[in-house]
Amino acid sequence: MIPEIGHFALVLALVLALIQSFFPLVGAQKGIASWVAIAKPVARLQLVFTALSFALLTWSFLQSDFSVLYVATNSNTSLPTLYKVSGVWGAHEGSLLFWALTLSVWTTAVTLFGRSIPPVMMARVLGILGLLSVGFLMFMLFTSNPFDRLMPPPPEGKDLNPLLQDPGLALHPPLLYMGYVGFAIPFAFAIAAMLGGRLDAAWARWSRPWTQVAWVSLTLGIALGSWWAYYELGWGGWWFWDPVENASFMPWLAGTALMHSLAVTEKRGAFKAWTVLLAIFAFSLSLLGMFLVRSGVLTSVHAFASDPARGMFILMFLVTVVGGSLALYAVRASKVRSYVRFDLVSKESALLLNNVILVVACAAVLLGTLYPLLLDALNLGKISVGPPYFNAVFIPLTAPLVALMGIGAMARWKRDSLENLWPKVRVSLVASVVFGVLYPIVVMQRFDWLAAVGMVLAFWVFFTTLKVTKDQARGRGLGGLSLSHWGMVFGHIGIAFFIVGITLTSIYSTEKDLRLEVGESYEMGGYAFTFNGSTHLQGPNYSGDRGEVVITQNGEKITVLHPEKRNYRSGMPMTEAGIDAGLSRDLFVALGEPLGTEGAWSLRLYHKPYVRWIWLGALIMSLGGLLSAADKRYRVLARRTATEKSPVGATA
Amino acid sequence: MKARHKRLGFLLVGLVVLGAASWLVFNALGNNLSYFFSPTEVAENKVPADHVFRLGGLVQPGSVERGEQLTVHFDVTDNAHTVRVAYTGILPDLFKEGQGVIAQGRMGSDGVFVADEVLAKHDENYMSPEVADALEKGHQKGIENMAKENKPL
Repeated sequence: MIPEIGHFALVLALVLALIQSFFPLVGAQKGIASWVAIAKPVARLQLVFTALSFALLTWSFLQSDFSVLYVATNSNTSLPTLYKVSGVWGAHEGSLLFWALTLSVWTTAVTLFGRSIPPVMMARVLGILGLLSVGFLMFMLFTSNPFDRLMPPPPEGKDLNPLLQDPGLALHPPLLYMGYVGFAIPFAFAIAAMLGGRLDAAWARWSRPWTQVAWVSLTLGIALGSWWAYYELGWGGWWFWDPVENASFMPWLAGTALMHSLAVTEKRGAFKAWTVLLAIFAFSLSLLGMFLVRSGVLTSVHAFASDPARGMFILMFLVTVVGGSLALYAVRASKVRSYVRFDLVSKESALLLNNVILVVACAAVLLGTLYPLLLDALNLGKISVGPPYFNAVFIPLTAPLVALMGIGAMARWKRDSLENLWPKVRVSLVASVVFGVLYPIVVMQRFDWLAAVGMVLAFWVFFTTLKVTKDQARGRGLGGLSLSHWGMVFGHIGIAFFIVGITLTSIYSTEKDLRLEVGESYEMGGYAFTFNGSTHLQGPNYSGDRGEVVITQNGEKITVLHPEKRNYRSGMPMTEAGIDAGLSRDLFVALGEPLGTEGAWSLRLYHKPYVRWIWLGALIMSLGGLLSAADKRYRVLARRTATEKSPVGATA
Repeated sequence: MKARHKRLGFLLVGLVVLGAASWLVFNALGNNLSYFFSPTEVAENKVPADHVFRLGGLVQPGSVERGEQLTVHFDVTDNAHTVRVAYTGILPDLFKEGQGVIAQGRMGSDGVFVADEVLAKHDENYMSPEVADALEKGHQKGIENMAKENKPL
């Protein structure tokens, strides 16, 4: 009975989504006040039903109701409770329900926090979000119903994919989805603004905090996925340019560009048409990501086994959303064009260049990701584009962007000059070159040109950001700076940390696959790894082997690592690496396979300097995004327009 | 600065970025593509002699041989032809006899494919489209050959 109620709740949510899109959109266009007014309550009601549906699916998981096909294929009675819950979004159908729920939550949040938004604009925004909701719900109900029954119910369910049985991964998909779906909000604002022909600073101010929060979710989601791949897959890498990683990275790049161009639109009223286009891109790339993952066209860790009907549906949805919004853009963009003057040397120019580089880099990633699919579709052979392509294109493209960051943050709006900028950056430039070149020599004890370039860039961002902050704080103290300034500071310093991480890890890591007998040791990066053999291991839903590796440095014991090789009940093997984490280096041991009868194993050993800084950088960036989104001017605006309006309404 | 000069400046910067990007993309694409081939195509000498490519199929049951050190030999088959593969290192978790696999590397002069990287599927229900396609073709070929030789199916 419970699953049927869940199913019914979904159908009701779909009906509400149809109402939420039709009446407010038409009402806003024709000026029917009552149709406009129903947008908010209907959107909130839709959340109630989507949430009910989600809660009932979760309930079925917790009850291990194997008469529900989705539960039977993704859960079993011996699964720990945490993974029963994360199993809800662990596979295709449930993750779609999570998408729909997230979209509903975001929509309701807009109705709650967007009090300053005029009712007609609000109706349009909610109408667009309602249309997207219709798409997701129809997709779910017609091709991937999570409440499908399985009769007769099996006595025991299959296992959740063991790769997903990990706390980090329980959170990775929800954060990513929040990010993807979050970009629907600036998208809806952009479309609504085009429909209404009103694109001003207020519009940018409404969109900004939503974009920032979505960006933060996406950043954290990607970072968590990267961290998980590092310790769970046993490969010891943090980014593989896997097509699905790219699918999440492309909206991130477009979203980063969008945040910066929104800043220009809000502060200076420039780049309006461009900002609208970026909002469309960011959300379209999110949908493209969904298509790539769900349609089975990709060979990847993330590819779900799936049927072509789903791929077709998402492709149609994608074409409708992208085609529709671009067509609207073609008709309306000329109305929103801005004529704001600024000089070649100015903050606007720097941010424009930032946007150009980010979009070009995003296009290069898109090309590398889609090229194999394109050739295959044209029957020109099956190819793959390897990580060297992405590294060779992406790094040289983005290095100038990092150099620009320091200047851009410092430049004045509208008009600046090189004579004026030079004294401000002089000290930072010298200091970053000195520190950047010395760091590899003194700290890493081996000079490398690329390492020096990376460190110079990281120090450059760091010093220039400090300098901007110092200049801005002159006369009002650090406490007088706005949260959005602190957002910029943390965002940029996060990038600096990230660059340190990727530079030093890529250049100074050592990796070795080797055979170790019991008691044998191997020396790497100044550490001695001694293998003490393995013991049998029994977990709740797996069995396996657990190795012991003692690590010593100059005869002193540093740590004992216990890498595991698990065999899950579903028959799937898994590697659990043993990692000793540190700020300046990680030591990483993974079991390969048993060799011979004497207890020898093949092992994979890594010494990875500064690898933590990659994720640390992402955390700092995310903190920056949150600070920015919390800036009081978004709230002040909300309160002011609210108070301005009510007395007028009362007296008139 | 005159408006015309300013426009020219913006245009130049844009062109430089685009030019640099296109140059990087085409350069990198040319050097980093690897084509996918099935064992049948290897047997028919369709593969490049001195370029990296990807070989995919099933791991022939009973063919995996581990050496003293970490070198592993196994046969990759599409049920029509097989190719011997040598790989030094740790195989992925889901590498198994009778399962789909993709190896990236180049042909050695002795007819053994030397792999730098071995990818196995990540989920027991999932088979990469390339491998599925190669198997399908190998299967077709087998049927055709049998028909040609007038053997009963």
